[in-house]
Amino acid sequence: MPLLETRALNKRFGGLHVTNNVDLVLKTGEVHCLIGPNGAGKSTLFRLILGEHLPSSGSILFGGEDITALKPFQRIRRGMSVKFQVPGIFKALSVRQNLEIAMQHHYEPATLGDEIGRLLDFLNLSVDAERLAGNLSHGQKQWLEIGMAISLKPRLLLLDEPTAGMSPEETHATGEMVKRLNAEGMTVLAVEHDMAFVRQVADQVTVLHLGGVFAQGSIDDIVADERVAAIYLGQSTAHATAHEQPGGVHA
Amino acid sequence: MNALTRIFRRLEGPQTLGRGPFFWVGFLVVLVGACAYPLLSDGYTVGNTVYFFTWIFMALGLCLIWGYGGSLSFGQTAFFGIAGYGYGILTINFGAAYGFTFVALVLAMALAALFAALLGYFLFFGRISGVFLGIVTLSVTLVLERFMAQTAGPEWRIGSARLNGFNGMSNMPPLTIPWPGGDIVLFPDVQLYYVVLGLLVVVYLALRILVNSPFGNVLVAIRENPERAEMLGYDIRKYQLGTFVIGAALAGLSGVLYTSWGQYITPSSMGMTAAALPIVWVAVGGRSDLTTTLIGTLTVLAVFQALTIYGSQYALVVMGAMLVLTVLLAPSGLILALARLIARPFAKRQPGDA
Repeated sequence: MPLLETRALNKRFGGLHVTNNVDLVLKTGEVHCLIGPNGAGKSTLFRLILGEHLPSSGSILFGGEDITALKPFQRIRRGMSVKFQVPGIFKALSVRQNLEIAMQHHYEPATLGDEIGRLLDFLNLSVDAERLAGNLSHGQKQWLEIGMAISLKPRLLLLDEPTAGMSPEETHATGEMVKRLNAEGMTVLAVEHDMAFVRQVADQVTVLHLGGVFAQGSIDDIVADERVAAIYLGQSTAHATAHEQPGGVHA
Repeated sequence: MNALTRIFRRLEGPQTLGRGPFFWVGFLVVLVGACAYPLLSDGYTVGNTVYFFTWIFMALGLCLIWGYGGSLSFGQTAFFGIAGYGYGILTINFGAAYGFTFVALVLAMALAALFAALLGYFLFFGRISGVFLGIVTLSVTLVLERFMAQTAGPEWRIGSARLNGFNGMSNMPPLTIPWPGGDIVLFPDVQLYYVVLGLLVVVYLALRILVNSPFGNVLVAIRENPERAEMLGYDIRKYQLGTFVIGAALAGLSGVLYTSWGQYITPSSMGMTAAALPIVWVAVGGRSDLTTTLIGTLTVLAVFQALTIYGSQYALVVMGAMLVLTVLLAPSGLILALARLIARPFAKRQPGDA
């Protein structure tokens, strides 16, 4: 049974058809990457899955249950978790407290401290545990938020450009972390621009274009697909610069 | 002993300043000083001090809603007024015998809390936040003021309690403790001082436990980043509503104590000036901490009274200036800035936290 399924999902903002009949199937245990040129509707699809937007039509199933009308926090409680593009952390609170807020209802009070310590180690943030989260480096903030997201022990981890602003080394380390979480049984859906990252982690890639599913398959299938290259190139000639897609599909 | 240390641990945490033996010894010293104070003073002055104390509950409630939860409520005085009038209506009708005044106190607080629950439901479940929350809550309190101000006619009565319009309601009995051999009537004097001081200590400690609990964690998380808090699976609307109701009940407690203290309540206790004052107290003290709010409120009230005596109408101008200066010079609060300054030599430096 698929873990997440969208059926004929549509979202219109006025006359703008941002999500166009999207059928997306996420199998339990896979790492699935969503790619596509800017404006392809990746973020909107992401927000529909999270429940921050409600679809104009269509439905979303999670673990076989129709969650189309559920609020975001209800979806989180059913086993989703998300890491935003801009690190969504509690800046004025310590790193430890950030994790405590995420974890306090998922662990026994007696073991909570140990579990936080373990996660701090995993995130390489043990030394910084008492620092304010807002004073961390950009990469550390990203990791902290990933830590908060995975501490909920989700069935489905949603990552919105998890490596945005990271150095190549940090990106690679993040990829390894995603693979490790996946090996432990977490299903992952990531919106990502960095093709090196996609190549590193993705079992399945979906290309969005103009709000609809344009192509789907393994990373090799996608790279070999000339139509995919064309939409990226079309985008880059239209904008003269291709800086929005660092690496591009050919990386 | 074990239970005692467990309670102590709950009183401390990342959400409150002041921890360790040093702080608690200081707390005890202040408390002993506060208990001894009536011995060194006369009843009239002690009664005046109680007047200051009555406001602190409302300030602590606002500190919880605004400083911890991040929602600026401009309508604390609405709950203050509702509870004050509620206490008046109940005690004028049913008297003070058999400790009924304390039943009336609880009922009046419950009434304020119920009103807050209704109002808060529409606000928070309607996702109203930020400046709009301030506007709506301020409007509510001003509407209540207007409404009460036009109840001068004899037709505005509930039982034997006349609402009395702009002149206000008076002659309700003060809080009265039933006692064998004669009830203890709590006029503004030493007995009332001890009762209110006791309430203050209980409320302060209870709020410390609350903000350092998992509930308090979620509360500051909502203040820092509501979207993230929701995306950790918290129904933030419920937390906001719960906080709003607790804060309203505390404002109600202030309202009852004030009404019982002066045996008097008027619509202007909900007016524009009255509504703005709690915000000044809490902002000047340092809204993100209970202790600084408490100290700040007492300080500002003392300054305000001194100014009213010596400078009459300039007191409000100075109050406004104080708020502006706080916002410009110490946005987190003057008392909080002072506390940080004092604590600096004792604090262990954290790497990277300048």
